[in-house]
Amino acid sequence: MRTAFLEELVKLAEQDERIWLVCGDLGFSVLEPFANRFPKRYLNAGVAEQNMTGIAAGLAMAGKIVFTYSIANFPVMRCLEQIRNDVCYHNLSVKIVAVGGGLAYGSHGYTHHGVEDIAIMSALPNMAVAAPGDPQETRSITRILASRAGPAYLRLGKAGEPMVHKGDIAVDYGKAIAIREGSDLTLISIGGMLSTTVAAADKLSNHGYSVRVLSMPFALPLDEAAILSAAAETKAVLTVEEHGYGGLGTAVGECMARSASGTLFVPLRLGRSPIKVAGSQDQLRALQGLSVEGIARSAEDAYLRCIERTERPRNNEAGTGS
Amino acid sequence: MPSTVGELTSIANSLRAHAVRMVHRSRASHLGSCLSMADIVACLYWNTLKVDPQRPDWQLRDRFILSKGHGAAIIYAALAERGFFPAGELDSYCEMGSRLTGHITSGVPGVELSSGSLGHGLPVGCGIALAAKREQLPFRTVVLGSDGELDEGSSWEAILFAPQHQLDNLLLIIDYNKIQSFGTIKQVLDLDPLVDKFRAFRWAVREVNGHDMVQLVNAFSAVPFEAGRPSVVIAHTIKGKGVSFMENELAWHYKSPTEEQLALALVELGAGQ
Repeated sequence: MRTAFLEELVKLAEQDERIWLVCGDLGFSVLEPFANRFPKRYLNAGVAEQNMTGIAAGLAMAGKIVFTYSIANFPVMRCLEQIRNDVCYHNLSVKIVAVGGGLAYGSHGYTHHGVEDIAIMSALPNMAVAAPGDPQETRSITRILASRAGPAYLRLGKAGEPMVHKGDIAVDYGKAIAIREGSDLTLISIGGMLSTTVAAADKLSNHGYSVRVLSMPFALPLDEAAILSAAAETKAVLTVEEHGYGGLGTAVGECMARSASGTLFVPLRLGRSPIKVAGSQDQLRALQGLSVEGIARSAEDAYLRCIERTERPRNNEAGTGS
Repeated sequence: MPSTVGELTSIANSLRAHAVRMVHRSRASHLGSCLSMADIVACLYWNTLKVDPQRPDWQLRDRFILSKGHGAAIIYAALAERGFFPAGELDSYCEMGSRLTGHITSGVPGVELSSGSLGHGLPVGCGIALAAKREQLPFRTVVLGSDGELDEGSSWEAILFAPQHQLDNLLLIIDYNKIQSFGTIKQVLDLDPLVDKFRAFRWAVREVNGHDMVQLVNAFSAVPFEAGRPSVVIAHTIKGKGVSFMENELAWHYKSPTEEQLALALVELGAGQ
């Protein structure tokens, strides 16, 4: 994803002289093509994220479109107040890019787990929050964010994410992408969980379920229409995210509660407790129930709960009641 | 535009009088901070800064950032007196629905950056100055900060950054009134030797009496002090300067004057009626 992002950014910067890239002393073997090509629009601000973000705000005040770039929590949390006050309040075109979102830096330990970012960024004014599902979505969303004025947050994975979309796609701002149609269950995925979610859907299909899969690369603005359609047209909705509380699950749950659809909703996400052990991204995901098998099992359980629920009133009618 | 030192000093006192009235009317705070920077602000807006009240967004204007956002009242007064908006609007300071919030906010004509949380102004100023430097735009960026906000790590990140990128189009002014929110600088986190700190960080430094208009005019008009280096003016000031009973009193970081104190203050500032 990070390479797809950078390649796209270089293309955009060729066409738009306002585009700058500012990093916090990270990006070795990734950012060099931009830095070499556009040295006057590239800056390594050093290991100083507050200053990096303030500088980005200043550059944006001078008319630039600025991408800040660092790992996981560093460009998000260390400089949160600069993002809130300097960038968001002034509605400046600063795009915060976090590489290695979720558990991509699994074995590096808890400091490198970016698992609260979507919740935090979604709380800020004027913000767009995106987490593409594969390199193709990354390219399209990078173009969108560069073309839209105002702040944005872009959560990327690392490298080597599987390609879910075959060929170039055009994502619409704030819209979900239909990956599979289905009528029993809906799986809504954000960010790097997409390929795993699709594999889980395939597994469920093999078990006879008709599964809808939505890629939801924008947590904000949220595609409420796609959520409400899924709630109306399938028996249960599950969200899948490499993130803790306050992310896509919270947003989708709130949307469904407001609509009073009555459709069962199950958020699949990381637990409240920090992950204190080493492990690869896949291993740590599995530990939290976010493997292909874990997602498929949770989806099957959800479906069975739906069946029980629809049968229960009949049992009550037949029984003595209360 | 007035050019004499006497006129600038007189303007500084009229800005002080505005601030005292505004903080009295709204029962707001931070009067001591406004008074310590009054001479600096008068010098900037009536002598140093290239700004045009008729064109607040003029692309080549000098950028002024108030990083000690709690000093908003006296900046609003200066902007109004320079004609960025009607002076009558100063009466609405901190009132319901007013755009003149207690900490400085953008959207008010002439205000570049909202601030109020400390340690934000210099990084943003570095970004503006960097853009201008790389594109060889002729304007300067001026950041007015407090001594207390040098406690913030983000200030020092930016102090490390500016010389690295040879931002000689950047001027930082420290309103060194020696009193921060809950104690003196000496008691809380002593900054001395402050000049040596900036020199060690490769800034070009001048120390002035922040209430001596000749020294202020001379220092601000000499920027950059050295080619290829950012400039910092460490302005030694007195918190509450100009109103005897407010001078060097921590309490005037918080208090608003009573009717009686207002009248006394205005007499001392030559604005009594």
